[in-house]
Amino acid sequence: MSPLVALLRKEAYHIRRDRRTLVVVLALPVVQVLLFGSAIRTDVNRVRLAIVDPAPDEATLELRSRFTATDTFHLVAVVPRASDLDPLFRTSQAQAGVVLPVGFAEDLAGRSPAQVQIIVDATDPNTGSVLRAYIEAVIRGYEQERIRLKPDSTGVTGTSTSPLPAESGFSRITATSRMRFNPTRESSNIFVPGLMAFVLTILASLMTAISLTREKETGTIEALLVSPLRPWSIILGKVLPYLAIGLVAAVAIIAEARLVFDVPLRGSAVLLVGEALLFILASLALGILVSTRTSSQRVAMMGAMLGSMLPNILLSGFIFPIESMPLPLRLISQVVPGQWFVTIARGIMLKGVGLEYLWKETLILGGMAALLLAVSTRAFKARLG
Amino acid sequence: MRRVFFLAQAELLHVVRDRATLAQVLVVPMVQILILANAATFEIRDTRMWVVDLDRTAVSRGLVNRFAASGHFDITGTAPSLDAANEALLRGRATLALIIPRNFEANVARTRRANVELVVNAEKGAAAGIVQAYAGIILGAYSAELAHRRPSGFGSAGPGGAAPRIDIRYRSRYNPTLNYQHYMVPGLLVALVTMIGTLLTAQNIAREKELGTLEQLNVTPITRGQFIAGKLLPFWLVGLIELALGLTLGVLVFDVPVRGSVFLLFGVAGLYLLVALGIGLWISTIVDTQQQAMFVAFFIINIYMLMSGLFTPIDSMAPWAQAAAELNPVRHFVAISRAILIKGAGLSDIARPLTFLAVFAAVVLTSAVLQYRKRAA
Amino acid sequence: MNRDEADPGNPVEAGLDTAIEANELTRKFGAFTAVDRISFDVRQGEVFGFLGANGAGKTTAIRMLTGLLTPSGGSARVAGHDVYTEGEQIKRRIGYMSQRFSLYEDLSPRENIRLYGGIYDLTAAEIRERSAEMLSRLGIEAVGSRPVRELPLGWRQKLAFSVALLHRPSIVFLDEPTSGVDPVTRRQFWELIYEAAGRGTSVLVTTHYMDEAEYCDRLSIMVAGRIAAIGAPAELKKEHGTGSIDDLFVRLARPAVSESKGPA
Repeated sequence: MSPLVALLRKEAYHIRRDRRTLVVVLALPVVQVLLFGSAIRTDVNRVRLAIVDPAPDEATLELRSRFTATDTFHLVAVVPRASDLDPLFRTSQAQAGVVLPVGFAEDLAGRSPAQVQIIVDATDPNTGSVLRAYIEAVIRGYEQERIRLKPDSTGVTGTSTSPLPAESGFSRITATSRMRFNPTRESSNIFVPGLMAFVLTILASLMTAISLTREKETGTIEALLVSPLRPWSIILGKVLPYLAIGLVAAVAIIAEARLVFDVPLRGSAVLLVGEALLFILASLALGILVSTRTSSQRVAMMGAMLGSMLPNILLSGFIFPIESMPLPLRLISQVVPGQWFVTIARGIMLKGVGLEYLWKETLILGGMAALLLAVSTRAFKARLG
Repeated sequence: MRRVFFLAQAELLHVVRDRATLAQVLVVPMVQILILANAATFEIRDTRMWVVDLDRTAVSRGLVNRFAASGHFDITGTAPSLDAANEALLRGRATLALIIPRNFEANVARTRRANVELVVNAEKGAAAGIVQAYAGIILGAYSAELAHRRPSGFGSAGPGGAAPRIDIRYRSRYNPTLNYQHYMVPGLLVALVTMIGTLLTAQNIAREKELGTLEQLNVTPITRGQFIAGKLLPFWLVGLIELALGLTLGVLVFDVPVRGSVFLLFGVAGLYLLVALGIGLWISTIVDTQQQAMFVAFFIINIYMLMSGLFTPIDSMAPWAQAAAELNPVRHFVAISRAILIKGAGLSDIARPLTFLAVFAAVVLTSAVLQYRKRAA
Repeated sequence: MNRDEADPGNPVEAGLDTAIEANELTRKFGAFTAVDRISFDVRQGEVFGFLGANGAGKTTAIRMLTGLLTPSGGSARVAGHDVYTEGEQIKRRIGYMSQRFSLYEDLSPRENIRLYGGIYDLTAAEIRERSAEMLSRLGIEAVGSRPVRELPLGWRQKLAFSVALLHRPSIVFLDEPTSGVDPVTRRQFWELIYEAAGRGTSVLVTTHYMDEAEYCDRLSIMVAGRIAAIGAPAELKKEHGTGSIDDLFVRLARPAVSESKGPA
């Protein structure tokens, strides 16, 4: 039997016997897909609203009922003073408050504009903005209603097909919104590429790094080195199993996402797997590189996490959009393989494009993989040599 | 009690002398906060948009100007046709395309109803909703402006008086500058402290198992309670120090506000650490090697973090997930941390999550003590 | 070496004649029986050897006696306490040196001594005193504050042994204390063992070095979990007609082989 095959078998034993690590490695992609598919979302719904109504009249009651009529809002309290909002905010019982003026009905009937204030708990600024938009839409809708009803004032109707709540965009200007590539804005649709990157870096970078340093730590690598095995066989023997595992994991994630969550795959699955292969190679190379720098498993793990996992999660556009990041981080993300892979994978899955659009990114990803492999194998040989 | 002190002292010496651990404890978390606080943001700034203005009138240009002036959008291109705009979205050159049809101004004046089209690249999910929200606000404000500005036509004074009008003022409570980092850093501090607490504890005890020094301790008359206390005490201290360092960093670098009581925060942190450490201890009892400890700890921490409201709001989760999150200690501490630092919450405000933490601490520590065996069955 | 004289400066818990007694002590791991109904006793102040090949069950036996492992069957008493029910009391009176080096390598000898001194409830003064004494006895004062990992293996083993005796236990268990150590150090080690025994400490030591058998007062030979022979070295040799314990062991461990060899 060729020595390489023997090495592969040995590695397979290691992996199989370490049951706990194996369970984690197998469960990780499955659980992650589950979590991201059903738990991690950014949609805003069932807003907890408090209304400050110091002098209820028929107008305030009407407006209040506009809020309670929809599912979007959940009225948690009606209070007499604006200062009553603070305790509600502090305990997070309310996310936003609407302060209605005294004499609201009169204002609407008379000349002066009614002053309504929206107070939003902007601790989370993004949710804050969306809340504001939703609330404003309801208020504007009510304003529009009143205008329509008032004799002599010109009636205006508007239909809205925007996904904003029913009494939406006061405007006489309405907007038809189309969400391209992800019409239902399912969070699940967009996470799969990033998730693949995440899981693959764990499998390919982390485990490779740990596996190689473990041999160093226990000294078994010396036995390998004095054997007739060439250095490249040793590397290959260590690395191939994780390549295989990575590919299987990639396919498993895609399959699970499609089957369980109906995530679209509009482009070529073969191309996707091919790109995943490039990414796995890049990650493997990083793992090897990390292992050349240390012989302690703990340090290897830290190094792999810092150098491979963290950048690939944070700076790849997986969860956080790169455009929102400050310039230095945006620049760094350009050299993170994960960023390119996520862009490519999203393109293939959501936009359905192929190489004709993605050739540039593919070239870059491939180039990175090749470069990293070259550097890491050289470093490894140097260490052994 | 003395025994606890001696053990804790030895433990502390370990941590201090082990360079890898020191780096893990001091350097890595700080770097993480710095990077994370900058990277972890959904903030929408200068969203690239393309405009297809088929009307080219004062009213349509007015709308375009409103977008440009909003500070949220960056008009990077104009196109003569819908197809061109679509291409831009496809190629990723724009996130939003605004399409103003012909006769826009005429429609507004005549029928007082006009429609525009917003095409949003929803590839990135979260951003799309926010982009739409901002666009909606701009449209709403512009329409209101138009409605109340026109001297003739709608909105004029009839016998009944001026048209009903609502002026909307808006206040962003607690975060007027909409600073995303103020939102993230308190949560990140929690993440940090959790990693130190759980990961380090699990790893450390697993290493003692691997090396055999644990056995030597098991042979001594030290009791389970004393052993656990002695082992956890140093990490508890380290965790609090971490928190202090991280908070200082947050205040100095990111101007994170500290509106509530720091003592309260650290008091809660002390309680929370007991939970985190307890979980780490539990992990160490079910693994044999350091590597396993790291993997299992990482796996568990990962789930906790994702379901903690740290990166994505709990309110956005499916109902079952929200219910599950109630059992997540990280979630509660993140909420408390944000409440104290950003909203100036006091003890009574955080009573609910605090109670959860207290119960968790009691449960986790009790089971850790019960589960730890000096003698193998 | 006169073992009847207890060193006046180091009182040892006396009173019991039998330090350890085991009766049909057994331990199974699933279908595998690691320790198969062994019965023996160790008298106070005795140096008792547990001989046997690797895997014969010696370490398992020790772990049961020191309260690290629950027996599957049989009974045992250590320092007058039952191993099943009075494990914690036993731990106060025994010392243990495991097969794997189990002091903290990144701590110094002084720091290790402090730790264990504290755990065994020695006073600060006692810790100081015994620490100085131990370091000078071992001749490692110069490196007393350097991390233990900087000591060569032999010194480390001796240190571990001394720490096991720090709290003056009446019984000390040594599991293969001289593994991997050079002959000179081995000799020094056994001098330490004799010293301890001279103070009245009972010593149960396992080893797979058959020549060390001669140093013991009595010994037992374990083969595949059972005690195949037990008694004083001289008696055993006479009884079985072998010239050395080594030959005896070979004969017991591989009856087929020794038969063909004939009497030694």
